[in-house]
Amino acid sequence: MLTWLSLLVLALFSGVAFAAGRRRAVASAGGRSRVLHSLPDYYGTYAALWAGVPAALLLLLGAAFGGRVEDAMLQSTRPAAVQALEPDRQAVFYGDARAIASKQPPSEVVYEGELKTALDAKVAEARRIETVLNVGMLAGAGVLALAGFLLAFPRISTEFRARNRVEGWVSILLIGCSVAAVLTTLGIVLSLVWESWRFFQSVNPISFLFGVEWSPQIAMRADQVASAGAFGAVPLFAGTFLIMLIAMLVAAPVGLYSAIYLSEYAGRTVRGVVKPLLEVLAGVPTVVYGFFAALTVGPLFRAGFNAIGAALPAGPLATYLMEVQNQMALVAGVVMGIMLIPFVSSLSDDIINAVPQSLRDGSYAMGATKSETVKKVVLPAALPGIMAAMLLAVSRAVGETMIVTMAAGLQAKLTVNPLDTVTTVTVQIVTLLTGDQEFDSPKTLSAFGLGLTLFVVTLTLNIIALRIVQKYREQYD
Amino acid sequence: MTLILNPNASPLLRGHAMTVQSPDDTAHTPVIQTTVPHGHASAAVGEAKIKARDVKVFYGEKQALFDVNIDIPGKSVTAFIGPSGCGKSTFLRCINRMNDTIPSARVEGSIEIDGGDVNLKSVDPVVLRSRVGMVFQKPNPFPKTIFENVAYGPRIHGLAHRKDELEAIVESSLKKAGLWNEVADRLHQPGTGLSGGQQQRLVIARAIAVSPEVILMDEPCSALDPIATAKIEELIDELRTQFCIVIVTHSMAQAARVSQRTAFFHLGKLVETGPTEEMFTNPRDSRTQDYITGRFG
Repeated sequence: MLTWLSLLVLALFSGVAFAAGRRRAVASAGGRSRVLHSLPDYYGTYAALWAGVPAALLLLLGAAFGGRVEDAMLQSTRPAAVQALEPDRQAVFYGDARAIASKQPPSEVVYEGELKTALDAKVAEARRIETVLNVGMLAGAGVLALAGFLLAFPRISTEFRARNRVEGWVSILLIGCSVAAVLTTLGIVLSLVWESWRFFQSVNPISFLFGVEWSPQIAMRADQVASAGAFGAVPLFAGTFLIMLIAMLVAAPVGLYSAIYLSEYAGRTVRGVVKPLLEVLAGVPTVVYGFFAALTVGPLFRAGFNAIGAALPAGPLATYLMEVQNQMALVAGVVMGIMLIPFVSSLSDDIINAVPQSLRDGSYAMGATKSETVKKVVLPAALPGIMAAMLLAVSRAVGETMIVTMAAGLQAKLTVNPLDTVTTVTVQIVTLLTGDQEFDSPKTLSAFGLGLTLFVVTLTLNIIALRIVQKYREQYD
Repeated sequence: MTLILNPNASPLLRGHAMTVQSPDDTAHTPVIQTTVPHGHASAAVGEAKIKARDVKVFYGEKQALFDVNIDIPGKSVTAFIGPSGCGKSTFLRCINRMNDTIPSARVEGSIEIDGGDVNLKSVDPVVLRSRVGMVFQKPNPFPKTIFENVAYGPRIHGLAHRKDELEAIVESSLKKAGLWNEVADRLHQPGTGLSGGQQQRLVIARAIAVSPEVILMDEPCSALDPIATAKIEELIDELRTQFCIVIVTHSMAQAARVSQRTAFFHLGKLVETGPTEEMFTNPRDSRTQDYITGRFG
């Protein structure tokens, strides 16, 4: 609340600084703005930025880390009564002290005797610290704002290159944003690596990567049957690979051929209608595809296979087909393939369109037909780009979760039979981490191991795809 | 400006006819009066390879070409000159129906090659284009090896049944295009790795590999340096003994160097056509005069 209010005041001050800077610039030019190095607004912006940004940064830092500083200061002296408590209870105690100090509901723990006196003392201390911190922060922000303004304002003259200085601020802003993005990614990767490290301390990486049995259940009691749990990830990756393969068998030809139709054969009107429609398909949430798979495609496929089984002469195959269930790799793969069609076709269409028209003209002028031109000239020229599009589709298929959760089942089976239920890496991560879980058992930590492996796989695919695209670009520019 | 006339050109000029409108044509077509022949060039049009009558081209609503009538003799080089946007490339693309690939383009009138109208619906452009080769402004070798580039036409038209036949076609085409000595040892390297001038000779080899009767060249040297240009011009001069060559060019000097006949286009109309030498020394139309003396264009 205080932060927001002070930011608002700061914004107002910064607005005033803008007006003042602009006026000073105009006045120094004697009203002839042609004499100015930059447009008057740049001078205003320059003053406003110096007045506003450093102080705003301080306020935001205060809002982000003030609480921690307060905690650290509060806990610098620990009363003996509190030190006697367990570490968990100590944390609750300090939490309560801060909550009461800032008039928020504390926990339901009842403090008595010595603890009560210690709590009251700490509450008073917390109030003091908070006041000091707030006042200090506001004063600091005020001083920074004023100093910034006083630094910027006198510099404004006709010679001053405000335009270039504002450009510098803009580049700092842009660098800041990209650094933030990179740092976030780095943070995610590091936390993934860290948690995986913890996982691999309890489970051998070799047996994780090459083990063929996956049952991440951990015993409640040490003497339970099958208490060990097995963390062999091979069945999961096999399932992921199987479903990805089925999906690509659907998406690659259909997507590529529709791209060829759209870019080479379709007239302008057809293209104008079909392309946006395909892109709408790309916007359907995957959960919708998921229940489409589970409720429509699954029963349909089962009915189909059961009917085939019934029609076949009796035998093991017929019996097997008649017992096929709704959940199978085939359903998940086919629906995922349908999901990927617009992705593949849209990317391939762009790539095919990027093939220079002069190549097509050359082929037509040789007396080639349209399909000969597509097959022998356009596709070979677009091949690297199309490969890259396919690899991107593969990495989406590998990372896809919802459809598989709903349509492929949860059993970790090492099988290549598309009519069997399989499970994938992503599905296992979901089931490991949803619900009420303790977050330090190998069971939950194995999710990080899976996540890291999956990350490495998709990252490798994306890097290969980008490399191919780069090579492709060099060819025509 | 100085014109460098091809010394080989003049003897050939005498053998070829100027464009003359036959009397019955005059009844229904606006005759281009400027093409009325003078002196020695008044031989009959009988040996014309390509005869265009009343060719009009529309791009959507816009008319790009107005009633072009021209006779183009075989086994010689005819140059189309004129300022940008005058319709010379448009007309060139009518001869092998490349305008079919532009959805909004519509071509009217008749263009006969050896008496057969190419503009009829019944004519298959795919077959036509195997008879009428084309070379474009920018070298456009396919992203294949040099060998495969030249073998492209023979393969799609089934001209070679055995591998050695195909190899023979590729070799002779590259030799005719004057490229064989430069690429013989690297036939299986990508055609895109050649220099611009070599690429342009490669696509000429590709065009002649299917033994066309006519070769259309749309500003074939505009993307090349002077040395590469000289080589291409030399090549054109050699090829004219076997093919009917029609070349669009922006360079009047080039037209003067390589062609035996020249046609001048302006604002979508064919203004004047005649033997190159005559056109450049003694143009009949004032617009031609203005253009070749550099007053516009």
